[in-house]
Amino acid sequence: MEKRLIYLDHGATTPVDPQVVAAMQPYWSELYGNPGSAHSYGRQASHALETARRTVAECLCAQPGEVIFTGAGSESDNLALRGVMFAARQSGRGNHLITCAIEHPAVLETAVQLRDLFGFEVTILPVDEYGRVRLSDLEAAIRPDTALISIMAANNEVGTLQPIFEIGALARRCGILFHTDAIQAIASTAWDMAAMPIDLLSVAPHKFYGPKGVGILFVRQGVTLVPALTGGSQENGRRPGTVNVPLAVGAATALRLAVARRAQDVAHYQSLRDRLLDGLCRLFPQVCIITGHPTARLPHNASIAFRHLNANDLLMHLDMAGIAASSGSACKTGNPKPSAVLQAMGLAEEWNRGGLRFTVGQQNTLADIDATLDALAQIVPRLYKLAEISG
Amino acid sequence: MSLLSSSSLHSNRVVVAMSGGVDSSVAAALLVEQGYEVIGMMMRLWSEPTACGAGGVNRCCTPDQMADAQRIADQLRIPFYVLDVQEPFRRTIVDFFVREHEQGRTPNPCIECNRQIRFTYLLNRALALDAYYLATGHYARVVAENGRFRLLKGVDPHKDQSYVLHVLRQEHLAHVLFPVGGYTKEQVRELARKFHLPVASKGDSQDLCFLGDGDYRRFLREYGQPASPGPILTREGREIGRHEGLPFYTIGQRKGLGISTPEPVYVLRKDVAQNALIVGTRAQLGQQQMTVRDVNWVVELPPAAPITAQVKIRYRADGVWAQVSLQANGRVQVHFREPVFGVTAGQGAVFYNGDECLGGGIIAESE
Repeated sequence: MEKRLIYLDHGATTPVDPQVVAAMQPYWSELYGNPGSAHSYGRQASHALETARRTVAECLCAQPGEVIFTGAGSESDNLALRGVMFAARQSGRGNHLITCAIEHPAVLETAVQLRDLFGFEVTILPVDEYGRVRLSDLEAAIRPDTALISIMAANNEVGTLQPIFEIGALARRCGILFHTDAIQAIASTAWDMAAMPIDLLSVAPHKFYGPKGVGILFVRQGVTLVPALTGGSQENGRRPGTVNVPLAVGAATALRLAVARRAQDVAHYQSLRDRLLDGLCRLFPQVCIITGHPTARLPHNASIAFRHLNANDLLMHLDMAGIAASSGSACKTGNPKPSAVLQAMGLAEEWNRGGLRFTVGQQNTLADIDATLDALAQIVPRLYKLAEISG
Repeated sequence: MSLLSSSSLHSNRVVVAMSGGVDSSVAAALLVEQGYEVIGMMMRLWSEPTACGAGGVNRCCTPDQMADAQRIADQLRIPFYVLDVQEPFRRTIVDFFVREHEQGRTPNPCIECNRQIRFTYLLNRALALDAYYLATGHYARVVAENGRFRLLKGVDPHKDQSYVLHVLRQEHLAHVLFPVGGYTKEQVRELARKFHLPVASKGDSQDLCFLGDGDYRRFLREYGQPASPGPILTREGREIGRHEGLPFYTIGQRKGLGISTPEPVYVLRKDVAQNALIVGTRAQLGQQQMTVRDVNWVVELPPAAPITAQVKIRYRADGVWAQVSLQANGRVQVHFREPVFGVTAGQGAVFYNGDECLGGGIIAESE
């Protein structure tokens, strides 16, 4: 008996759209040239790569020269932080970085390493109960030697949107560069980099039906980056290594499709997400809360927490029921820490191990949501009963 | 702690407790081969902080073993989950281990772990997943006969682990599988090779899994009360030396007492009230009887009349013939045919009729 599987973890990754697969197809074994080569094979590859770059630029209202292909969203974050901070040091323009407590580890761990191993100064801003950075905190943290502010567009765990326009405007007034990790937010928001006060923007195509193994970093023209990797002169010397042409083509195609489908997708996600959250609040009014901001949140993210439950147990039972979700505190080594995001938001101890994240996608249906609610209606009381008998 | 009741158990679904070692890996492979729907689980029980902060030095559930178990599960194409059991394990096993030592007893934490963690905490989690069975890599057998379950020794006499399983009751045995209990260790290694499991040549797991270096004295120094030295007395009450703290000695110990006497002396017992270590001759170490408390009868029918059974007084001891009589208070009085040396309060005493484990309990302090 094959059980029906329901995928509600699109915040982790998404299936690659067949149109994206088709667009990448020629660049594996037919048009396989190295875009750096000065012969016809190279020119074919280079043409594909530059077309992809132009597509990405158009989708973001940016210039092609502002688009760098990297190997992952995490690499884009690394390049933004390391690149800007080392360039600031080189030019003597600054030594201080501001970020916040609920950033993805790709930003937070990079900031910590820049501080601990490289002697940069780092301010990690707190967040409010919804996971939002307060502008007053940011303003107070700015110093004459602040070189970069890095605040994510939307949190990966609870889906809260940060006030990035206000943050970017403040940064610009103070002459500080602003980077935003838009990895979760990219597909559901319209981006106009020509108008927005954002200097660097990280993108991960596998979050919007593109391939894994490729990332994008928008870097505003005029911003100097010291490369985080050293080597050849690809990507204007900012990201050495032969560019993976099929993945760049896939990334661009996925972004083009995401922009074209945005309104339709967002409406679909919201209807599913709201049905899920409404259902959960109805089923478990006492023991389940919605985490993150009630309205300023990603349309496809439903993040919740169960009082006194352990996310690992919930995920295991959901998995056995064929439902894929995730959690900020789940871990495969059985040594779960309370979710750092929920802790930073000031959630009481009794909630911060029981955080779950459902992220819906294009292929989900209302029936998926109802089946998930049915499964949780079985699982949650059982886990409470288990906690009761084993103390 | 009781077992979860559920009416929706799948008779074909098994949770197998995996450790990354040979026995539990082969157990999982056998169950897959037998057509069960198998779910692998590993319990993260303990991680002792090390001097350098990160990681742990304990011998069980290390990241390496977790990775091994994960690889086996992946090879068998079964789901694999790691459970965080650190808090209950510390509360029920580690604290118990330290406390018992401080009270002059020598506990067997594996017995307590099987009772409270493996066959209650983990079994409940298996039942909650609608698995009818929990399987482990123990060398023991369960047979159903006339609606009752009997617990038998493992086929391999050198590996038999029924001693640490005597705490199981009928309600547990109904939901327990020991897939390797019918094989010898050599056959199990053979099966591991046959299944191409990359653990065939791994060493045996150790008792006291939570001790990083196997040094329980170091562990007690670190986690217990500060050592309190005291006198070493003869049975007659004459002080012939000083000890470093009662937990650091075991019954029957001869070496390392730091005293020289014409005739060798042995630790006879610990007098916690006087904080004294009582020593005596080899002959004085011999004991003709003992009392056993917290007795569990696997068949749940305590013998009405005294029975003759073989009794094991520690895991690595041969059974000795004795008469076992139930007392009115539920305790058991054991009369050995021959004097037995090294009867140790806190260890398990387990009763056998041939291959069948009848039950057992904890050796009480002698008077």
